[in-house]
Amino acid sequence: MTALAARNLCKAYGGVQAVDDVSFSVAAGEVLAMIGPNGAGKTTCFNMVNGQLLPDKGTLEFEGRSIAGRAPREIWRMGVGRTFQITATFASMTVRENVQMALLSHYRRLASLFSVAARQHREEAEGLLERVGMRDQAERACAVLAYGDLKRVELAIALANAPRLLLMDEPTAGMAPGERSELMQLTADLARDSNIAVLFTEHDMDVVFTHADRIVVLAQGRLIAQGDPAHVRADARVREVYLGSMHA
Amino acid sequence: MTASAILIQFLNGLASASSLFFVAAGLSLIFGVTRIVNFAHGSLYMLGTYMGCSLVEYFGRTPLGFWGGVLIAGLAAALIGAMIEATLLRRLYQAPELLQLLATFALVLVIKDFALWAWGPEDVLGPRAPGLDGAVTIAGRAFPEYDLLLIALGPVVLGLLWLLLTRTRWGSLVRAATEDREMAGALGVNQGWLFTGVFALGSLLAGFGGAVNIPREPATLMMDLSIISDVFVVVVVGGMGSIPGAFLAALLISEIKAFCIGIGEVHAYGIDISFSKLTLVVEFIVMAIVLVIRPWGLLGRAASVARGPGTLEDPLRSPSRHLLALGVAVLGVLVLMPVLGDAYTLVLLGDILVFALFSVSLHFIIGPAGMHSFGHAAYFGLGAYGAALALKHLVPMEAALFAGPFVAALGAVVFGWFCVRLSGVYLAMLTLAFAQITWSVVFQWDSFTGGSNGVVDVWPAAWLGSKTAYYYLTLVLATAGILLLWRMLYAPFGYALRAVRDSPLRADAIGIDARRFQWAGFSLAGLFAGLAGALYAFSKGSISPEVVAIPRSVDGLVMVLLGGIQTLTGPVAGAAVFTWLQDTIARNTDFWRATLGVIILILVLAFPQGATGMLRRRFAREQS
Repeated sequence: MTALAARNLCKAYGGVQAVDDVSFSVAAGEVLAMIGPNGAGKTTCFNMVNGQLLPDKGTLEFEGRSIAGRAPREIWRMGVGRTFQITATFASMTVRENVQMALLSHYRRLASLFSVAARQHREEAEGLLERVGMRDQAERACAVLAYGDLKRVELAIALANAPRLLLMDEPTAGMAPGERSELMQLTADLARDSNIAVLFTEHDMDVVFTHADRIVVLAQGRLIAQGDPAHVRADARVREVYLGSMHA
Repeated sequence: MTASAILIQFLNGLASASSLFFVAAGLSLIFGVTRIVNFAHGSLYMLGTYMGCSLVEYFGRTPLGFWGGVLIAGLAAALIGAMIEATLLRRLYQAPELLQLLATFALVLVIKDFALWAWGPEDVLGPRAPGLDGAVTIAGRAFPEYDLLLIALGPVVLGLLWLLLTRTRWGSLVRAATEDREMAGALGVNQGWLFTGVFALGSLLAGFGGAVNIPREPATLMMDLSIISDVFVVVVVGGMGSIPGAFLAALLISEIKAFCIGIGEVHAYGIDISFSKLTLVVEFIVMAIVLVIRPWGLLGRAASVARGPGTLEDPLRSPSRHLLALGVAVLGVLVLMPVLGDAYTLVLLGDILVFALFSVSLHFIIGPAGMHSFGHAAYFGLGAYGAALALKHLVPMEAALFAGPFVAALGAVVFGWFCVRLSGVYLAMLTLAFAQITWSVVFQWDSFTGGSNGVVDVWPAAWLGSKTAYYYLTLVLATAGILLLWRMLYAPFGYALRAVRDSPLRADAIGIDARRFQWAGFSLAGLFAGLAGALYAFSKGSISPEVVAIPRSVDGLVMVLLGGIQTLTGPVAGAAVFTWLQDTIARNTDFWRATLGVIILILVLAFPQGATGMLRRRFAREQS
């Protein structure tokens, strides 16, 4: 089943065509990597999907409903979770409270004025932290966490929404090499076990080729190749885009 | 209005715009480079006016004496500004924004009392400008010669500033620092001298703006706060940091005011509208409209996002057993106070309780919700007036007591709708603007609010009439209010407010509607501030527009910041200490403002994180 479908997406900044007629889709349970050299349009594409940018042209559908131009908070409500390239967590709260906030929002109990927030959905939050390996740090403030740990907290926050689509912008940026593979393996396992569609952008090719089911390659705003890792690895245009400058 | 009347009002507007522009340009320059919103800027303007009057008297009323006096007054203001920067503000560039504001407000208090000491409480009338004291005839009407000179002076100063900023090395450094302070620092710009220089230039403009106005306006002790709110409006409407924007906004606002005065009373559709009375309100309405349409002002640009983490706050913990025991003990003593203390202590404690509630309600929005309000007195005042006027309209006192908070909450709902659309300094200015609008309405609407006389005979019902009974009422309601506000901060609602403050991006990404939560938070804070105001009104028996004035808003900020914004109990401690201090000082010296100002300055310099924050840190260090 197709979770996310992007068709003929276009976005220009002034005269620069940042994304030009890009179409792709992600199926439930599938891990799709979006790659491309700097300036290829990955981040622009990504920000259209997550609601931060409005496409000039094209359609974006999540489970058959249009999401183009919807606010990030509406997209979350439809069942999408996301992590940021530069982590964004609530620094004055503990790790557990960060996940509890996402759960409170998921269960629509944020407007409660008199219950005690720290006591709500506590076990569920710890369960999610367990899954990303952060349970032992549940009591620590997010402000003092190591960067790689923050990335894992973000994953737990995203999972709190019981998402059917997970958007991860450079999920392993700033992590140590060992941690990277571990986090993506975890993500890929979650996707398969819970039938979550995952779309991620990534610079680390090892991570991409090891963990993605399918890869789409962008260059200068256009989609130049897509397919499984073996297929993309063998693609002449991909080799040219990535290796061209080295051969020159 | 006839064509000639329109022309004259237009010229009047132009003449008023010049001085307003000088002062606003100074504030804008200082803000652009140092990111400090200098409340004391209006005080330098006031000093410029007073010094101008005295110097011209001293030099003699000759053209040379007059212009020499005006220029030297400006230069003296520049010197004072540079000294303030070098000795005081320089130590606070790393401190939180609100604390910087507090320090500059302490300067307002000190300078006001200095002026009181030096020139006395009476208004000082300035001399006319020798050689320009006549009038010319324009379109059949007399128009002062001096005002023509002022009209010319505005564009001249704008041109000089433009040359200075675009054609000199110093000017390009100023512009670089305004664009990106960190980058300018990284490129090796000597920030110390640059900042002192900018402060001197800004203060020169303020002092000159004040001195050049002496033929038109008398020097009074009230002018510091009245000009600073005008100037805030101009700078915000024009765009913070933009000199041409300040010029444009000064013109716009002066013209609108001039025409309001020119139109005067209008009788239409069976109602009388007094446009001349609208002058106090109209500039704030302009500002509210501009900020909603262009949140960064007419010629300003969207503020760059500050880099790096803001002030780091620890996670909210449940109160420790010790703290709970202390709270119960304090409550116990408060309950026994009517037996233990005298009548005077009871009244003072009642005040402290009222202001503790006010301060906690302010903390609710400026701390956890991160919305820096400069105008929380609006809701305190609406509560006080709501209760007092309800009583006057024959509602029983018990009902009037609750009408107050209701009116305040209504005000907060309306004003809050605008405020949550902004953030940072712009939000602060808008809250100030709404407080000033409220003040103006209260001050001018004689027939309903009693104008400057206020409302008298606002006494509680008979069964609450004794000091002890009213004290218990205050104790119960204030404590309940404070505990409710705290409880909300532990609830998902309070967490959502903190979430929006900590990371708007993440809050949006997990489905939190930031504006809705901030709006609700703002309204709730208004409700409880209104309760404090209503309690205050009945405890005093009369109220005046002072309950809505700027100093009341600042009092609240002082309480929260002195107590420590990062703790829940801090605002209560701050309210207690501040209210007691103010009472003690006021009884012992005529110069209570200056004394208070100096105490605030010392505290700010000694504890840039607030007193409770400091205590907690020391405590934490001892434990570890």
